[in-house]
Amino acid sequence: MTDRTETGSPPATQSGNDRTPQWHLQGEQNAPVMVLSGTWQARTGNIPVFPKDGLKKASGAHLSFQTSDVQGWDTGLIAFLWDLKRVAHDAGISLDMQTLPGPMRQLLELLPEAPDEPVHHKKVRQPFLETIGTHTIAAVTEVGVVSELGALTVKGAVQTVLGRSRMRLIDLLTNTADAGPYALLIVGVVNFLIGAILAFVGAVELQKFAAGIYVASLVGIAMVREMAAVMTAIIMAGRTGGAYAARISTMQGNEEIDALNVFGIPTSTYLILPTVLSLIITMPFLYLYGCLIGMLGGFVVAISMLDITPAGYFHQTVTAFGIGQFIFGFTKSLVFGAFIGLTSCRIGLKAGRSAADVGIAATRAVVVGIVGVIAIDAIFAVIADVLGI
Amino acid sequence: MPDQTVLSLRDITLSFGPKVIQKNISLDVHKGSIFAVMGGSGCGKSTLLKSMIGLLRPSAGEYHVGDENYWAGNEAHRTDLNHRFGVLFQSGALWSSMTIGENIALPLQMFTDLKPDVIRRLVELKLGFVGMLQAIDLYPSEISGGMRKRAGLARALALDPDILFFDEPSAGLDPITSARLDDLILNLRDGLGATIIIVSHELSSLFHIADDGIFLDAKTKTPIARGSPRDLRDHCTDPQVHAFMHRERDEEGNT
Repeated sequence: MTDRTETGSPPATQSGNDRTPQWHLQGEQNAPVMVLSGTWQARTGNIPVFPKDGLKKASGAHLSFQTSDVQGWDTGLIAFLWDLKRVAHDAGISLDMQTLPGPMRQLLELLPEAPDEPVHHKKVRQPFLETIGTHTIAAVTEVGVVSELGALTVKGAVQTVLGRSRMRLIDLLTNTADAGPYALLIVGVVNFLIGAILAFVGAVELQKFAAGIYVASLVGIAMVREMAAVMTAIIMAGRTGGAYAARISTMQGNEEIDALNVFGIPTSTYLILPTVLSLIITMPFLYLYGCLIGMLGGFVVAISMLDITPAGYFHQTVTAFGIGQFIFGFTKSLVFGAFIGLTSCRIGLKAGRSAADVGIAATRAVVVGIVGVIAIDAIFAVIADVLGI
Repeated sequence: MPDQTVLSLRDITLSFGPKVIQKNISLDVHKGSIFAVMGGSGCGKSTLLKSMIGLLRPSAGEYHVGDENYWAGNEAHRTDLNHRFGVLFQSGALWSSMTIGENIALPLQMFTDLKPDVIRRLVELKLGFVGMLQAIDLYPSEISGGMRKRAGLARALALDPDILFFDEPSAGLDPITSARLDDLILNLRDGLGATIIIVSHELSSLFHIADDGIFLDAKTKTPIARGSPRDLRDHCTDPQVHAFMHRERDEEGNT
């Protein structure tokens, strides 16, 4: 009889505190016994790991268990037994499951002795130039896809005019109400402040030349030509574009888009047309409203800071800009509306299907909307310069 | 101690505003039993489950978890009691921004002081129980509905709860997967000594695993029968319960 004993961690408290989980192997070569004692609770964090070479000396044997000294256990003990099961499997040792109490046996039998390797995502590192190329191609493709979507939407709009459309009027009305009247307050506040800020900046400088009255021209031209259209578009990109993208990507997650496709209801006329159309309808009105409110902001500041009469400010404003500049701003607001509507719908349609993807889509719609609006505005500025508007 | 009551409801009324969903629900769930909440669609099964896991306060009645009055204390008290619960939601309800492994690790990170490697080991164990170890680093969107449900079960087991709630565990699963899930539930009950409350109308699985239960009626808005699904099938005289248990149409022709 050669009694060989191998003791498991934690070895510090061999005697005394007998509640710590302990194990040791005892018995002969051919019939080793795993003796377990103590309290095995996963929450305590002191569950020992069975060493990978723990059964080296006992190969070719039949391992049985002695668990009578275990005072309490939960899945922590099963974690240890699973270690043992895997090591035993690798070493070709069979476990005598009958010597385990029923509950431990049932749980341990659920666990595989040779688990499959976890599936990993292979991260392939692309060369730098290739990355640039991929992104460029993707960007160009995206422009194409958005244009195609725009073309489909226009086609849907034409069909609507011809009375063969499948757009529901109620969708257009709710979208328009949301993009129009409900946005008045925020558009008003922002444009009022922009007008006031322009007047402040202008007043300080122009006063030096006793040209205070030109504050009215400054505010008028700036609002009509640039600020009202751009600021309103930025607000709408954040407010409405983000909402459209979030709504459509949530529909994507709920398989609502799939249901539309199966019925053959084109997303372009059912979903995109009302949103784009509602923005095209409301943006010019919001632009006009923004111009007026902005001039009002400038007026308030100019009247209180400078020695100008209300009638004088009004007269100077009216003569400051021609109809050409007005048409310029008006056109921009139409283009911005169509751009925000189309891109946010496209981003929503392209989004993934999880909650995180909805957040990503909303963020992207806002970022693309704002950056895009400013970029388009720059293009317009160049065109205007060439045409001499 | 046999026949120890783990959960008890006394004259619970559930309502959304003025609309009463179910009233006069009284039941006792014994330790180690698998308790089925049965009834037709829209009878308030899931609402009852919601109130049992603390998502909906009943408008009347008392609910005891062990010796504690569940709704009497404050939020923190309820959170403590909830740590005895593991809930498997109908479609898994995995957090989509995290991998399966992170989903199961989150409760352990939040409520224990365990080290990351210890947590990883426990996460692997819980996934091993449900046979999902290979999916530990995948995101919920990358796995099938059945796997999501099993991963949800692994997450429900994260904190070693002694009371498990399953909302329609076999809905949307094929018969083989669903039978395997039934066996898994039985194994977990026997292995962990847990008590299980299960909301389902999957008859074959109810007959197989449940040993106690309650039948809710949508029309009268009260429970109309009590007992294990097998007993109700064989002995209950109520025509509606009989029809439900035997998959017949009732007198009025509704299913």
